[in-house]
Amino acid sequence: MAKTAFSKIVFIVLFVSLPLLGFAYSGEVKDAVQHEQADELTSKQKIKKFIEHHLKDSHDFNFITEKTGEDSHGEAQYKHYGFSLPIILWDNGVKVFMSSKFHHGETLAELNGAFYKLYHGIIYKTDAQGTISYDDHDHPTNDRPLDMSITKNVTMMLFTLALMFVLFGGLARGYKKGPIPTGAGRVLEPLVLYVRDEIAIPNIGKKKYKRFMPFLLSVFFFIWILNLLGLTPLGVNVTGNIAITACLALFTFLVTQFSGNKAYWKHIFWMPDVPVLMKIALIPVELLGILTKPFALMIRLYANISAGHIVVMSLLALIYSFKSWVAGPSFFFLTFFISIIEILVAFLQAFIFTMLSSLFIGSAVADHDDH
Amino acid sequence: MNTIGGLVAGLIVIGAGLGLGKIGGSAMDAIARQPEAAGKIQTAMIIIAALLEGVAFAALFAG
Repeated sequence: MAKTAFSKIVFIVLFVSLPLLGFAYSGEVKDAVQHEQADELTSKQKIKKFIEHHLKDSHDFNFITEKTGEDSHGEAQYKHYGFSLPIILWDNGVKVFMSSKFHHGETLAELNGAFYKLYHGIIYKTDAQGTISYDDHDHPTNDRPLDMSITKNVTMMLFTLALMFVLFGGLARGYKKGPIPTGAGRVLEPLVLYVRDEIAIPNIGKKKYKRFMPFLLSVFFFIWILNLLGLTPLGVNVTGNIAITACLALFTFLVTQFSGNKAYWKHIFWMPDVPVLMKIALIPVELLGILTKPFALMIRLYANISAGHIVVMSLLALIYSFKSWVAGPSFFFLTFFISIIEILVAFLQAFIFTMLSSLFIGSAVADHDDH
Repeated sequence: MNTIGGLVAGLIVIGAGLGLGKIGGSAMDAIARQPEAAGKIQTAMIIIAALLEGVAFAALFAG
C-alpha cells in the first residue's frame, strides 16, 4: 500500500532527524556573556535570566533548583532535582557520557584525557583547568565539538513520538475488532476526522488528499502534543525552538515541491495568460514565494509559542517584582487566564500549521483544467 | 529592548490589532448575514488572521 509506505517514510525521516535538531539549536544560541555572579544581579535581571534560560534547550532535565545554603567561601550552594541526559559529542570519534558529569556546569567533564566544559548551554573543549579564552567581542574562542546530545527538547520529542506510536497504534488495532474505537481512540478518532474533513479535503481535494493524510496528521498531532507539553510544569519549550519549527517547515516545503505537478511548475516558471515580459518578471517573484511560505510557517509557530511562554512567565514574575498581598493573587489569576488562552493557542497553532501546509500542498497538486 | 525598539513594537502591535479587528469584524458581519456559512467563514478568517500574524511577528523580530 502506497499510503502506509508514505507514512512509514515520514515517521522514519522525522525520527532520524530529531537528534539533529537539538544540537542545531544549541549551536545557534547567541552567547551574551555575563561575567557577574548570579548573586550580584538585581531581581529584574534574575527574572530575565530565568526566562531566557527557560526558552533555551538544556543538557539536563531539571525540574526544581533549591538554594541549600552557602559554603565556607560565601558561594551559594544549589540542589537540583531532575535527571541527567546523555551527551553525544563528535570530537575525533563519538564520545558518549551522561550530563551528570558536568554537575550543572559547575565542574569539567573528563573523558580519556579530554576536558569539556558546559558554558552558557554550549559545550567547549578546554584544558584541565577549564580555561575559557575570549575574543574582542567576549565570545569564547575555545574549540566546540559537534554536539549531538539527547537534550531536553530531543527527549520530549522522542517521548511524543512514543506516545503517538502507542495512541495511534492502539487506534489502528482497534479497527480490526470493530468499527467503534475504544479507550483513548474515542478522543482521537474525531480529531483525525476533523483533520481529514476540515483541513485536508477542502484544501487538497477529494481525489488526492489521501496521499498527504499521514504527513498532515503526523504534523498536526506532533505540534499539538508538544505545544500542550510546553504548558505543563515540565518546563519544556520544544515548539518555541526555531530549529524545530524550521525542520517542520522544511518538511512542508519538501512535500509541496516533490508533489508539485506540471501545472504548478508552469505557474512558477511560465505563468499562463500573461504577456511575455510579465512572464519573465514573475519568475523571481514566484520563486521567492516558494521560500517565504515555509519561512512564514517557521516564524509563526516559533514566535507564537515563545511569546506565549514569555507572557506567562513574565506575569508570574511580576509577583516576585511587586512582592505585595494585592499583586500576588491578582497576577496569579491573570497568569491562570493567559494559560487557559494558551491551551487554545496550542490547538490553534497546530491547526494553522496543518491548514497552511495542506493549502500549499493543495495549490501544488491542483488541476488547472478549468481555465 | 531600548526605547526606539519599544516604540516600534508598539506601532507593530497597533497595526496588527487594527488588522485583526477588521478581519474579525468583517467575519462577524458575514456570519450574521449568512449564518449557514459560519464554518467556512471562520476557517477563512483564521487563515487570514494567521497570515497577518506571521507578518506582524516577522516585523517584531526585525524591529
